[in-house]
Order: sequence, then C-alpha cells, then structure tokens
Amino acid sequence: MITIREALRQAMTEEMRRDPDVFLMGEEVAEYDGAYKVSKGMLAEFGAQRVIDAPISEVGFTGLGAGAAMAGLRPIIEMMTWNFGIQAFDQILNSAAKVRYMSGGQFSFPLVLRGPNGIAHMLGATHSQHVEPFLTHVPGLIVIAIATPYDAKGLLKSAIRCDDVVIFLESEIMYGQKGEVPDGEYLIPIGKGEVKRQGEDVTIVAWGKMLPLSLKAAEQLQGISAEVIDPLTLQPLDEELIFASVRKTHRLIVVEEAPGFAAVGAQIAARVQEACFDDLDAPVTRVSGEFVPIPYAEHLEAAALPSVDKVVRAVQEVVA
Amino acid sequence: MTASTASTTHEQFLEDNRSLARSFYHDMLLYRSFEERVQFAYTQGKFSGFCHLHIGQEAVCVGVQAVLRATDYVISGYRSHTQAIAKGIPPEEVLAEMFGKTTGCCRGKGGSMHMFSSARRFFGGHGIVGGQAPLATGIAFKINYRHEDDIVVCYLGDAAMNQGQVMEAMNMAVIWNLPLLFVIENNRYGMGTDIKRTTSIERLCDRAAGFGMLAAQMDGMDVISTYQQTQAIAAQVREQKKPFLLEALTYRYRGHSVSDPGNYRTKKELEQYRRQDPIANLAAKLVSAGIMSAQEQQDLAATIKQQLQAAEQQADSAAGLPVAAIYEDIYTTKLGS
Repeated sequence: MITIREALRQAMTEEMRRDPDVFLMGEEVAEYDGAYKVSKGMLAEFGAQRVIDAPISEVGFTGLGAGAAMAGLRPIIEMMTWNFGIQAFDQILNSAAKVRYMSGGQFSFPLVLRGPNGIAHMLGATHSQHVEPFLTHVPGLIVIAIATPYDAKGLLKSAIRCDDVVIFLESEIMYGQKGEVPDGEYLIPIGKGEVKRQGEDVTIVAWGKMLPLSLKAAEQLQGISAEVIDPLTLQPLDEELIFASVRKTHRLIVVEEAPGFAAVGAQIAARVQEACFDDLDAPVTRVSGEFVPIPYAEHLEAAALPSVDKVVRAVQEVVA
Repeated sequence: MTASTASTTHEQFLEDNRSLARSFYHDMLLYRSFEERVQFAYTQGKFSGFCHLHIGQEAVCVGVQAVLRATDYVISGYRSHTQAIAKGIPPEEVLAEMFGKTTGCCRGKGGSMHMFSSARRFFGGHGIVGGQAPLATGIAFKINYRHEDDIVVCYLGDAAMNQGQVMEAMNMAVIWNLPLLFVIENNRYGMGTDIKRTTSIERLCDRAAGFGMLAAQMDGMDVISTYQQTQAIAAQVREQKKPFLLEALTYRYRGHSVSDPGNYRTKKELEQYRRQDPIANLAAKLVSAGIMSAQEQQDLAATIKQQLQAAEQQADSAAGLPVAAIYEDIYTTKLGS
C-alpha cells in the first residue's frame, strides 16, 4: 500500500531514471521537497539540473516548459495548485496547445503540467477552483484526473512518455490516500476509463475527489445496484465505456465537483443523449457544485459542493 | 560614438567586408520588396486576416541574422515574415503560407502571424504579444541542459516590454544563465499608441537593470552598426551563457498592419525616418565605396522582382490542404477508443 503522493513520486522518479530528457520544475519542488512533498528526495537523487525550483512566475515557467518541449526535452511542470496555473493559461492555450497545429505538425510538445485541482478544505474561493471545464475545451490538450495510487502512477508514467501536452489533475486532500500498486513497471493507457464498481441499475460517472465520494454513495444505496465509472482521461473522453454502461443500466448520473454550467458533466450528458437516447429510462442527471465562488466557512463550503447524501438522493430520484 | 567616428568605422568596415556588405544590401532589398509584394497581394484580395509588415525595419533583421549560426534559434512575434526568410525559410514558402496553401511553411495552418520551421530553427511567429519570451527561455534552457553552445534570439516589439510574462522570462533568463539574446525592435508604436504614453521609461533597455541583465541600445536603422554591435554581444551571450537585452531603435513606415493608415503619426516624423532609410543609406555607401554601382543595384532589384514574381505565381497556383486536414496536427498519437 502506498499513497497517491508516493505513487506520483515513483512515476516521476522511474521516468527520470529511464530518460535523461525528463526534468521537473515548479515552485518549491527541489529544496523544500515539494509544497505537498510529492517530489520529496528527488533533488537528492537527480540534482539541481533536473529538479528545479522556479520563481513564482507560472506563465513564465510554463512557457519555459513549452519551449523546452518544442526544443526536444520532456518537462514535468508542477503547479503548486492549478489555481496558480490559471496564470499560465496564455502559455497553455496559445503556445503548448496550438503551436503543433499552427506549424502544420512540425513540433510536438511532450509536456506534463501537473498539480492539485479542485476544492481542498476551507481555502476560500481563489484556492478552490476546477480547471477541467476550461482545459478540456481546448483542442491540443489531453486532460487526466486521478483518484487512486494505482491510476496516479500508471497514468503519470504514460503522460510523461506521451508526446502531447498532458494536463494532470490531482487533489491536495487525496495525496495521503492509500492503495495497492504492483511491484513491477506498468502503464495505464491514456484515453481509457475504468469501471470502478460493477452495477446494474444506474451508472455513476465521477473522477478525482468525486470518485471515492460516489463509491461511498453506491455502498449506501439500499436495493439499488450502482455501476461507478472513472473516465480517468477527460479529454479525449472514453465515451464508449460510458455508453456501454448506460446501455446496460439505462440511467446516468454524472458527479462533478465544479459548477455544472458548460462543464465536463454537461458534455457527457449531451453525448449520452445523442448516442443512447433510446436506451435511457430517465433524464441524465448531474450532481455538481453550486454556481457560486466557493465560500470559506466550513458549513457554507460543504453546502456548495456535492456530497454522499446528494448523490444518494439523486440516484433514488433517477431510479424511482 | 560620434557621427564622424561612426562613419570612419563604416568606411573601414565596407573596405574589409565587401561581400558581406553586398549581401546586406541584397537581403534588405529582398525583404522590402517581399513586404511590398505582400501588401499589394493583400490589397488585391489574395489573402485576408491580419498582416504586419516590416518595411523600414530591415536593418535589424539583416544585421542580427548575419551574426548567427545556422544552428542558433530565432523566435519572434507576429511581425516576422522577413525574420522567417532570414532564418532560411524560402520566400515562396512564406508567401504561400499567407495564401493558405499546402506549399506554405506551415501548410496553410499558421498564416501571416504564425510562421514556423523546425528544421531551420525558426520557432515562430507568435500571435500574442510577448508570448515568445517564455518559450525562448525554454529553448535556451534546453541548450544548457544538453551542454550545447547555440544561442537563442528572441525578438520583441517595444510594446511587449509592458507584458508581464516578458518580465518573468527575463528574470528566469538571468537566474538560470540562459544563452538568450532579447532584441527589442523599438519602432516607437504599440499598434497606434506612442510608447511614451504607455511606458514608464523611454529607454526600453533600461528595464534590464531591474533584472541585473546586461543591455545596450543600438541604431536599428543602420545595418552595419547593428551587425557590429550584435556580433560582439551575441559572442558574449554564447561564451558567458548570460542573457542580454539589446534595443534596436527603428521605425516602420507602414501602419501596424496593412489595414492601418497610421494617422497617429505626423508626415514630418515619417519623412525624418525616411531620410535614415537603411537601404537607401547603404546603397549610397556601396556606390561611393566602389562596392556596388547604381546600375548593379538596379539589376539586383530587377532580379529580386522576378524571383518574387515567380514565388507569387507558385503560391497562386498551389493547392490548399484538403478539408479533412483540419483534424490533423492536433495530437501526435491516436488516443481513446
């Protein structure tokens, strides 16, 4: 059993041993061992040339990563949080995601941009945001969200080996979550989701922090068998896996921590009604964050977010 | 340096570098003729979109490029047709790119503002003001990472000096000792706005002091002094692995883009700069130094005209990509189910 934090570190460490072109850059990643200790010990192993403390210049060092990728290196850029990564959107959208296209395919961008995303706990609105609704919208980006040590390690290794820009979404409050990881090397293919719990009556799609929450809700359901799917890769989305499950259960709930307006769940709902209209026995339902900036006070913050109870109630309504 | 010592230096330079001086003249004339043809093609409706011309600023591009090695990198903003040609992209490929043709250097997917050549190490052509600066640090970072001895030239416009990410890039270039030469082409206007109205200092290279970065200003209307000054500075960037901010004082004769009549400037100002025209001035010097006669210059202009005519005909007759190609070049790998 290892934590997600350790799984991410193992992935980076193994890939840096394997390929000298891989380096890690970000705020506090080296001498401080990482703001969330994900990169702990990596400076000692790889040295200051490959584990690099960056100034607080997110658009600057993200652009550096994009330029280094363009020139042939394989940077891992750590965002201390994706809330800070919003500063870097110009380089992500206009350079990393578009130069391959605009150049007619002359450049590739083996670039991983990783860090915690979404709501942690009582950090206030500027530190409690989701970037996947924005970034899945951008052609040229791959977006991955992980929720277990196994997925974290296997997908981060694949992301580092991928020749395209990968947005890799983690969570502050999940770094300590434990799970089984095999001894030997393994990779998880990008673009493939996974059925995390088999069920018959309703399909729940959830990723990141919403996965354990949805699994918990599924356990609490009395007499309703819920299938829980983690898409893992949000762009490109493993639509077929979701469609197949909906064709079996005939009901779909998407659980998303971000506000639902034009978010990933909206896209899943649209695609499922296009592809599985005749299979649906109920409208596709979304359990999303409220359309509010995330408030600080604990009870207000909780009210703004999906919860196990909200998911349970949504399932009961859909199945009724 | 006083005017008289400068001209003495120039005479000596011409005496010592006769063929280089001829190539300066050839290149500047080619770039101006190219941009004039581009403008004419635009007014004829051969292409559309935004189109920013370099007319008046030729000496900077020619003087800087002449000191670079083929393996050095150049990255720039959206006013970069001639810099792309200078780095080795054939004029016909740059023109065809503007025309949106498959023979364009980006197969018609980039356009006027987004020229690229991976093979020739011209890394764009970037459409967002200052966006090239952080990318330039990444290229320079790779040079150090792999212990290479190339350098990166990052062209910036004057208005990019007020863009936050450029400041971030300069700081990173200094702390990581990056072999990166920032060249500001100060043509005095950010689109239609006089930089005096938008910028806290007039000498833009003074921004470098805030980063502990070396800097200098040069006469970007004079190709010989541009070349001489850049040569020394580029060598220093290469040897010392330290960034440098070089401000070229220059001027664009045309508007910000082809659709801009430039009404925010006086006729007098324009006339004043035309008297410093880099091409006319070098032409006169080449005649008086006996390097190139007026007749030779006319013949060269005719040759260039023919060459560009042929380039335009090629671009005219080339095909565009098939529509299915809109889905190509987004990702390298086929993903998903």
